Amino acid sequence: MASILVENLVKVFNGLRAVDGISFEVKEGELFGLLGPNGAGKTTTLNMLATLIRPTSGKAFVSGFDVFRERNKVRKSIGMVFQEPALDNYLTGRENLEFHGMMYGLKRKEAKERVKEALKIVELEEFADKLVQTYSGGMKRRLEIARALVHQPKVLFLDEPTLGLDAQTRRKIWEYIKKLNKEKGVTIILTTHYMEEADFLADRVAIIDFGKIVALDTSENLKNLLGGDVISIEVDNWQNAKKVFEKLPWVKKLNHENGTFYLQVEKGEEKIPLLIKIDEKEAGFKIKSINLRKPTLEDVFLYFTGRTIREREASQAERFRERAKRHQR
Amino acid sequence: MEINFTAIYILWLREMKRFLRSWSRMVSTLIMPLFFLVFLGFGFKGAFIPGVGYTKDYIFFLVPGVIGMTLISTSIIAGLSVLWDREFGFLKEIMVAPVSRVSIAIGRIFGGMTTSLIQAILIFLIALGMGFKIPGFLSFILALLVMALISAGFIGLGLIFASIFKDIQGFGMIMQLIIMPLMFLSGALFPLSNLPKFLRYASYLDPLTYGVESLRKVLVGHCFLPSWLNFFATFLFPIITVFLGAFFFEKSEI
Repeated sequence: MASILVENLVKVFNGLRAVDGISFEVKEGELFGLLGPNGAGKTTTLNMLATLIRPTSGKAFVSGFDVFRERNKVRKSIGMVFQEPALDNYLTGRENLEFHGMMYGLKRKEAKERVKEALKIVELEEFADKLVQTYSGGMKRRLEIARALVHQPKVLFLDEPTLGLDAQTRRKIWEYIKKLNKEKGVTIILTTHYMEEADFLADRVAIIDFGKIVALDTSENLKNLLGGDVISIEVDNWQNAKKVFEKLPWVKKLNHENGTFYLQVEKGEEKIPLLIKIDEKEAGFKIKSINLRKPTLEDVFLYFTGRTIREREASQAERFRERAKRHQR
Repeated sequence: MEINFTAIYILWLREMKRFLRSWSRMVSTLIMPLFFLVFLGFGFKGAFIPGVGYTKDYIFFLVPGVIGMTLISTSIIAGLSVLWDREFGFLKEIMVAPVSRVSIAIGRIFGGMTTSLIQAILIFLIALGMGFKIPGFLSFILALLVMALISAGFIGLGLIFASIFKDIQGFGMIMQLIIMPLMFLSGALFPLSNLPKFLRYASYLDPLTYGVESLRKVLVGHCFLPSWLNFFATFLFPIITVFLGAFFFEKSEI
């Protein structure tokens, strides 16, 4: 049975289609990743599925409940970790969790027990009775993951679960997420703009850009789609280089960004000698550096959108600023 | 409409814990009514104030007014505290829970009423220490009832503002533009009969006027407007604002 079913979901904010008709299905027990730049519509999608905002149109079901009409049932069946901390700083960690348990209808005793368990999973028992004010960013995130487990939801929504955390803490959070999914069988849908995160955690990845899903598959299959390796070449004269590269018959796809070309080829290690043999004088450019990479999700994103995720974030930030200006007038 | 009692209780408990852990905030909201009570109370002790009428001692006029002042500021702040929850993200945690919005509003109103009443009682006790007297214990119980109604009314008003303004930028503006005028127009500090006509009419639109008048009636046995009107308005005001506050809160998205 599908744990989450989304059909042609749309959300319009001030005339901007933040989520532009997306459809996907998450199987029970699956760890599903929504990968895309900031502003692509990931959080909006999650908030719609969590019934925090009303979709403009489309259909969506969580654990078989309609997010339009069975909002309370949806809420009961999900746990959510927000992108920004959503904790009460004047309460202790334990109190935050007990508050949560009772908001979800647990009896006081039951709540206390579950809270204890949840704190154990994220190894926060020691700090449970300190005010959240005194917690570090990583501890807060762990506490929020624990909180989302207190009412034992079937589905867990994680919105950028490791945003702003250092590498070590991120690893730790990844472990917890994997453990929850594998050992407890919790269906998890997470959003991220970190390629490694989606690659490492998700069974399947949906790449989302400008409110649309541009690709959806296991990260293995997505990478295979590119049909091989990526050679990146830095050159001194990109106009001339472009003319040459475009004529190479074995280049499957050519992308260019800031003086660096990305050539998608098969058997990259055999193509490098060919590239080096190009006559500098005749071609009118020099190769400054050359690098061979087996594809990553970053390349997949580049392949489908023509941009790297970082570039896309810059251009979307600009787009939003322009829109904001227009709306102010 | 589903009322969820456990949720109401835990929301109330949260307000209590926050209240007990942030003394500094309470001091900052109590300081103004306290100053009015202490400085005007001692400053005008025995002074003849035209229009006061029923008493020679200004403190018997002042104390119900200062209690009203305490209630309006603590209650509006309690209603507006939704804005702080929104700012610090905690509102999302509340809104994603499977609890009806009405229960959330009720929990918040009860929490706010409790903290606001505690502060009003503190002011009342200080006034007793300054020589204020009430006819008997029954009048204290009745006063608590009136105080609860005033408090609920202004928490509801705070909830309405919180749903309209959406961010804490509006907070300071509401404090300056709503609380201060309502306080002065209510006749908390001086008899309304001394005001020019247009200001007196404006004061009839101020819900706090009737609240303070009702408090005067139950605490010192005298008021200036008809008693039935005072009690009726004091009773009606929270019904309207709590209903509207819950309605706007229900409509608001994160």
